[in-house]
Amino acid sequence: MTGHGRPAATEGRAGTGHASYGASDLFVLYGKTVALGGVSLSAPTGQVTAVVGGDGSGKTTLMRCLAGSLAPDSGTIRRPAKERVGYLPASSGLYPDLTVAENLDFRATGYGMSRQVARDRAAEYLDRAGLRSASDRLAGQLSGGMRQKLAVIAAMLHQPELLILDEPTTGVDPVSRSGLWWLIARAAADGCAVVLATSYLDEAERCTSVLVLDAGMPLASGTPDEIVAAMPGTLREAPARPDGQLAALAWRSGGHWRVWDPGPEGGSRLAGTEDGSVLIEPDLQDAVTVAALGMAIAGGAS
Amino acid sequence: MWAMIVKEFRQLRRDRRTLAMMIVLPVLLLVVLGYAASFDVKTITVAISGPRASAIDGVLPKPFDVVLSAADQGRSWAQNQLRDGKAEMAIVTGGSRPLVLIDGSQLFAARAALTALAGLEHGSSASGAAGSVRGIGGAGGSAAGPAFAPKLTILYNPGLTTSDIMIPGLCGVVLVFVGTIITSLGVVRERQSGTLEQLAVMPLRPRDVFLGKIVPYFLVATVDLAIVLAVGIAIFGVPFRGSPAVFGLGALLFLFVTLGIGVLISSVSQNQGQAIQLAVMTLLPQVLLSGLIFPLTSIAAGVRWLAYFLPLTYFNQISRGVMLRAEPIAALWQPFLFLALLGAIVVTGATLRFRGYLAPAGRQRGARPAPAQPQGAAA
Repeated sequence: MTGHGRPAATEGRAGTGHASYGASDLFVLYGKTVALGGVSLSAPTGQVTAVVGGDGSGKTTLMRCLAGSLAPDSGTIRRPAKERVGYLPASSGLYPDLTVAENLDFRATGYGMSRQVARDRAAEYLDRAGLRSASDRLAGQLSGGMRQKLAVIAAMLHQPELLILDEPTTGVDPVSRSGLWWLIARAAADGCAVVLATSYLDEAERCTSVLVLDAGMPLASGTPDEIVAAMPGTLREAPARPDGQLAALAWRSGGHWRVWDPGPEGGSRLAGTEDGSVLIEPDLQDAVTVAALGMAIAGGAS
Repeated sequence: MWAMIVKEFRQLRRDRRTLAMMIVLPVLLLVVLGYAASFDVKTITVAISGPRASAIDGVLPKPFDVVLSAADQGRSWAQNQLRDGKAEMAIVTGGSRPLVLIDGSQLFAARAALTALAGLEHGSSASGAAGSVRGIGGAGGSAAGPAFAPKLTILYNPGLTTSDIMIPGLCGVVLVFVGTIITSLGVVRERQSGTLEQLAVMPLRPRDVFLGKIVPYFLVATVDLAIVLAVGIAIFGVPFRGSPAVFGLGALLFLFVTLGIGVLISSVSQNQGQAIQLAVMTLLPQVLLSGLIFPLTSIAAGVRWLAYFLPLTYFNQISRGVMLRAEPIAALWQPFLFLALLGAIVVTGATLRFRGYLAPAGRQRGARPAPAQPQGAAA
């Protein structure tokens, strides 16, 4: 990988007046492994942008580049000054041997917040997240969901302009996820550009825009509707897995099988509906799966 | 059980640094420390003053080694040589009987000097030098007089009490414990729990993080030092004859070095276990090679040079010099200078390593974040 010698650059350090933060054409290599290969992302203020992908897709690497803890090999990053960035790393970034209140106090002091503002805001967020009664508990003794909520509160306490959340809802129960989403929506409503990495496509569907990564490469991007609309070909739901070449284009969903027909360019392979399959409207999950299949087929062909 | 044994071996095999430290370092330490473990004093440095200084110089048998001689000086000069650590014994001539001053703060040298002097007094010197010394035993000394019957005075630690020389050195050991071991754990814990990445993206300068990290340990170590000193003085009756300010300055410099070593250790350790191992490995040589237990002059020359790279060696000289001999700062310039040099090197190295942590990681530095421990598991 040698064709991207342009040095990494960071723009917008002054921190104000940017309608959109994000990254352009990021390349990151770990040895010979391409962690990010020409990834771009736009995170407009007041909106939630999701970065979706499976394990090892490059989500965390992208989050670290945006937050400034990892320098890309090349590409441009647009982010405000450090004081205006909030970051929740994959490890939560909390001190397990400090209480909830002490963790927030450290964060508030580190970001130069006034004591009163920090106290009022922490009380409001903790209240809304159902953590008020746990403020004297050690962070290390909290449940996974409580800890994630605390980590999100800590990241957004200073009301950043850019809030970067690396898998904030992973391993969190549905009730806690709801609390987390209130916090995330609140940050966006306050004018913050929120970028969150997630493995859950149902969460991505709630976001304004989505970037899908696969093995460090951009697979699809746009609003959820745009990604669905851009899906090539058609989708059918079948009661059983098709045989032959079609098996490679089918995946299980619920109690049925979904079969992707690549369409005119790829040539329709579904001869008819004798097999009991019916044409269905794809959702984001389907569109992302199809995009991954398409890339795999293209990779295999090349 | 078998499953556990296999698992442990697999983990150990992957932790090559720990494995190397478990196998190589003990052997290395045994060899080094084996050569260091000696209480035998082979040479006793001597300063001679008074009109007969030149007469004695050259006739004193081994183990005495005359390093300073001044015919025109008296007792106060001789005593200053002991106070400033330039000699372990002084002979003042000119009176009816020579006066021998012994530095009691050099415990093993003092004991060896007493034994050697007793031999001279009874004319039992193997070299036969007692006969030569006999002639200058006093102003009216004669060949028929006693072999060598000086007046003896032991200074700084008249009772040759072990605690008097150990407590000042133990102050340094306490500082090493807090400064190196605890600090190395504090920083590596931050790294292991994944909070170092959080610090890196916060609007904190690396210098602030570094100082914020070590200042609490610095204060705790200072309190520890005060407690150890107070206990040593109150319970063991250890004297404090010198300037507290000089002692404090020495302790300050020494703490900077030990804290810097702690941060350096944490910067090369992957986990708390490695940090503790490394910290102990730096503590052991300091305890055994710095002159705290074994006199520096007794340590085999082949390993003695290591002592001059150890901060505790210099702190020992400062603490014993100030507490027992009331040594002024001018006489302690060498240990102060070397401690400052070590401090500059170590703290600069530690700061640079810390700056590297907090700078955005790049591919040259191995950009993958360290896997974080589960929150509850981090100590």
